[in-house]
Amino acid sequence: MRITLRINGEEHQADCWEGESLLFALREKLGFPGAKNACEQGECGSCSVLLDGTLVCACLVLAAQADGHEVTTVEGLAEGEQLHPVQQAFVDAGAVQCGFCTPGLVVATADLLSRNTSPSDDEIREALSGNLCRCTGYAKIFDAVRRAASA
Amino acid sequence: MTQTVRKLQLGKIGELVPRADAPPKVKGEFVYASDLIVPGMLWGHTLRSPHAHARIASIDISQAVAMPGVHAALTHDDVPGERLYGLEFQDQPVLAIDRVLYYGEPVALVAAEHPEQARRAAESIHVEYEPLEPVADMERATELSELHPDKPTHGHGYLDDPRPNVLRHIQIQHGDVDAAGDVVVTGVYEVGSQDQAFLGPESGLAVPDGEGGVDIYVATQWLHVDRAQVAPCLGLPLSAVRIHLAGVGGAFGGREDLSMQVHGAMLALHTNRPVKIVYNREESFTGHVHRHPARIWCEHRATHEGRLVNVRMKILLDGGAYASSSTAVASNAASFAIGPYESPNALIESTAVYTNNPPCGAMRGFGAVQTCFASEAQMDKLAAALDIDPVELRLLNALAPGDVLPTGQRITGSMPVAETIRAAAALEPPPEEPLPRDVLRLPGGAGNTTNGEGVRRGVGFAVGFKNIAYSEGFDDYCAARVRLLTDGSAEVHCAAAEVGQGVTGVILQVARTELDLEDVRLAPGQTATVDSAGSASASRMTWMAAGAVRDACRAALEEQTLRPGEEVDVERIYRHAATTPLDPETGQITGERAHVAFAACAMKVVAEVDVDLGLTRVVWIGAAQDVGKAVNPQQVEGQIEGGTAQGLGLALMEEIQTRDGLITNASFTDYLIPTALDMPPVESVLIEDPEPDAPYGVKGVGEPPTVVSTAAIVAALRAATGRELARVPVKPDDICLGSETETG
Amino acid sequence: MDVLTPRTLAEALRLKAEHREAWPIQGGTDVLVALNFDRGRPACLLNLNEVAELRGFTRQDGALRLGSGLTYAEVEHGLLRDVLPALAEASRTVGSPQIRNRGTIGGNLGTSSPAGDALPPLLVEGAEVECASVRGTRRVPLGEFVTGVKRNVLEPDELITAVWVTPSRAPQTFMKVGPRNAMVIAVVSLAVSAGDELRASFGSASPRPVLVTAPREEADSFPERVAAAAAPIDDVRGSERYRRHALRVLTERALKRVLV
Repeated sequence: MRITLRINGEEHQADCWEGESLLFALREKLGFPGAKNACEQGECGSCSVLLDGTLVCACLVLAAQADGHEVTTVEGLAEGEQLHPVQQAFVDAGAVQCGFCTPGLVVATADLLSRNTSPSDDEIREALSGNLCRCTGYAKIFDAVRRAASA
Repeated sequence: MTQTVRKLQLGKIGELVPRADAPPKVKGEFVYASDLIVPGMLWGHTLRSPHAHARIASIDISQAVAMPGVHAALTHDDVPGERLYGLEFQDQPVLAIDRVLYYGEPVALVAAEHPEQARRAAESIHVEYEPLEPVADMERATELSELHPDKPTHGHGYLDDPRPNVLRHIQIQHGDVDAAGDVVVTGVYEVGSQDQAFLGPESGLAVPDGEGGVDIYVATQWLHVDRAQVAPCLGLPLSAVRIHLAGVGGAFGGREDLSMQVHGAMLALHTNRPVKIVYNREESFTGHVHRHPARIWCEHRATHEGRLVNVRMKILLDGGAYASSSTAVASNAASFAIGPYESPNALIESTAVYTNNPPCGAMRGFGAVQTCFASEAQMDKLAAALDIDPVELRLLNALAPGDVLPTGQRITGSMPVAETIRAAAALEPPPEEPLPRDVLRLPGGAGNTTNGEGVRRGVGFAVGFKNIAYSEGFDDYCAARVRLLTDGSAEVHCAAAEVGQGVTGVILQVARTELDLEDVRLAPGQTATVDSAGSASASRMTWMAAGAVRDACRAALEEQTLRPGEEVDVERIYRHAATTPLDPETGQITGERAHVAFAACAMKVVAEVDVDLGLTRVVWIGAAQDVGKAVNPQQVEGQIEGGTAQGLGLALMEEIQTRDGLITNASFTDYLIPTALDMPPVESVLIEDPEPDAPYGVKGVGEPPTVVSTAAIVAALRAATGRELARVPVKPDDICLGSETETG
Repeated sequence: MDVLTPRTLAEALRLKAEHREAWPIQGGTDVLVALNFDRGRPACLLNLNEVAELRGFTRQDGALRLGSGLTYAEVEHGLLRDVLPALAEASRTVGSPQIRNRGTIGGNLGTSSPAGDALPPLLVEGAEVECASVRGTRRVPLGEFVTGVKRNVLEPDELITAVWVTPSRAPQTFMKVGPRNAMVIAVVSLAVSAGDELRASFGSASPRPVLVTAPREEADSFPERVAAAAAPIDDVRGSERYRRHALRVLTERALKRVLV
């Protein structure tokens, strides 16, 4: 089946198998591999994207359900070479190791800060509790969120 | 593909430098193995055994090959070369031949145009199994039927144990093994099997070169050892197999063994199309080796004053179905069993056995995690029995340069155990936060299970150590190649795998320091352009890559003075001081050293436990780590924090559960790793005591925090609950109901 | 496989009548796991995302009609937090923020898992499930709706369209035990309210939801009564013994919160 959706502000089309997730379509059909395929069961947040402005796991959205909708991926955050403040904060804080969780965390953090410009430590931890990181132990990720909030 | 040449900002050794790979990673542009796409690419899929132990009567692929979109269905009959491979011993079939020995063992392969077509085709392959009784209990493995009658690990200089299913048995006899002490404490400890749970599942792309050879782009830890295993299985010379490092989404030991490399190449060569294989999370639990489950019997004998007199330990490790690196893990567990302490006498037995459980091998800590958990619990028991402060007891016995290890090796390099202990002990935890609090800051967290009822606080302490780099006579080396170009820039080639640990930055910092040049690039890692770097494991990569890059840079500068104005291209190989094997009968060194260097880490932990529900919250961790020299302090802290988190996972929640060899929790729904609400702040102190023989005085930093944090966290839980907690992960039942493993 | 995407409820019910084997999919948090891990290949998926009538909630004569497409996030953060506090607390414990943004009350009922977090607080509040088909609409008390592990009384041509609750306004709470401090499937969970009588229901401790009631003056024996009503099992997430023990502890603590 063919789906049409807006990704990072531009219209895209893809031919999908009906059982495909939005994550698979983004990564394999539409040229947006930024959202990552870590668990494909909504337990890690690595595939976080915004669907009509709402933070979701792209692995749990049927590609067909995104037909006619707006998707924002990690690729849509930077303005050319100019990193989004959240991205810059992740670089500066040393919040990136293997980086497989990073795109999801960047999107989740951007979503948090868009709703709450100065989150408390508890709010940060709860907002990111759906994004697993196996490398950093989260400390530098929290640093990055605080840096981005005060940027 | 990872063809982009990476470039770092100015930064030399010891400076806090942002990672060169961080900008592409935060933008989603960094290319991981699972991101690879090329035109005409097919999807590979692996059919795996649903049995832990079975004979294969027949495999019928006829239906699969006729299905739409399917380009190949392959079995063991299609393996072009050697049918067996292995990291150290060739005991594992590329595809099951006439039997399967573990749940999830690869049996057949399919390549199709869409992954769904590949899955449907794999489902249509008919395999007739005759299930056999699995060897599931490691304690009975030596009495049950032999899984590898040809004994692949015999004849390699170990003590060849005649009992069935013994992968390796090692005994370290040190001093008078019967020496008596004034006080004796005993305990039996158990460690569950931990998964590396790297977030980037096993993935890769194999591309046929049209001339019979193949390029494999894969997330791995050691490009050249992959090639050494892949080429014989494909029946190809090494030069026809080129392995390229694709972006690696974490490793932690789980990418030392092969996963999709041979399979992808077989499908690519058979179909003459590029083939991509990406494991899903469930498959990933069967796609790599795990941390060995262990049972450890301990008896510590000491004087009234608290000096260790004799430590006797028996270690049993479940190696699972194939050897992988179990022989080295068994030996490492023995070498570091008693912890960073001097004991004049010791008797340590370590045995790894074959079973039909999931294969085990390398994972961060490599045998020292399990024994640290046991021996640190013993040190606390001893402190209690002697009424000595646990930190004082550790200081009293702390290893120092000049001391002798149970293997007879005298420590000649850096070993600041006492300084590390003191630094961690001196860290002050935050004061107890009064109630009421948000539930997020109470045990049970978001589950809203307590407002403070049942909550008790405990402080724990532990110290651990392990070896840096390869040991026991392994020819451990790393190559680097440096090109000084006529435009004044430099290009470094090194096959060291960037697995997230930051070795890319280390290489560039070293090159920039040695060449006194900002414009240095690191070429993509691959087998074709530079010799082996060895594995990104054993906390060795910083040391080894730094040595190789340093030597190559210095040689390049020398060459340049001879031929000014010309391009210079030199390759150098770095080796650390040679090690020799342990004596197979006594476990004693046969030369000066079996291990080249050591690193210690000490932790103080504050935990709160809801003793009625058995739920926990680790509140704070203070760590002091012996790091040699911090090449990049921010990255070193990151290793300590991340390594601590993995140990926290093992302490509190992570275990691959099996029933008769079948994994029952192969998902992130039921195999839980710590979330942002589970990790406390980690306050870390870096102890910089340069390693005399290492480049710039560096030591590895990846493993020590993982070795010790499990032990330190459980010590805090014991302090809070008064329970013995002799098994990890600690289950809520163990805290609030008592458990079968308790011995009092 | 087909995906059908109706735009109205009437169209959705017609399609369900025509494709009785179709799997309804709303938030996708259960269906996509089954698809991604090859645990099912339905001939047809009925995508309910575009059916506006299933969204949000309405008030009618003191009762609340929660659309089956109401998400956990909407319950957790929205106006319902004050009227259905236990359901809001339960919603906060569901999966991750991402899951709560997509997962729905209707989906939780449709899946009918013993671990469904919305079920205990809804049962304590006497909820009824609205099931609709082209044949008409019926309401089934939640306790009768779920018939076993992942089984319910929904007919093949029916969809869950809403849940009806008349808020008791009784003090109430929800608690959930898991092996880590966020993002867990319940090892055991509990909802308790103290209105005219004590009411409790639990998750992951019986094949189908059970409502336990007692007069307020029998609070002392209520924890034991709740534990005795459970029929837990041993599985990868927890032991039978622990679950029963935890229910006792949770009930004691819940009563302290709600008996004010």
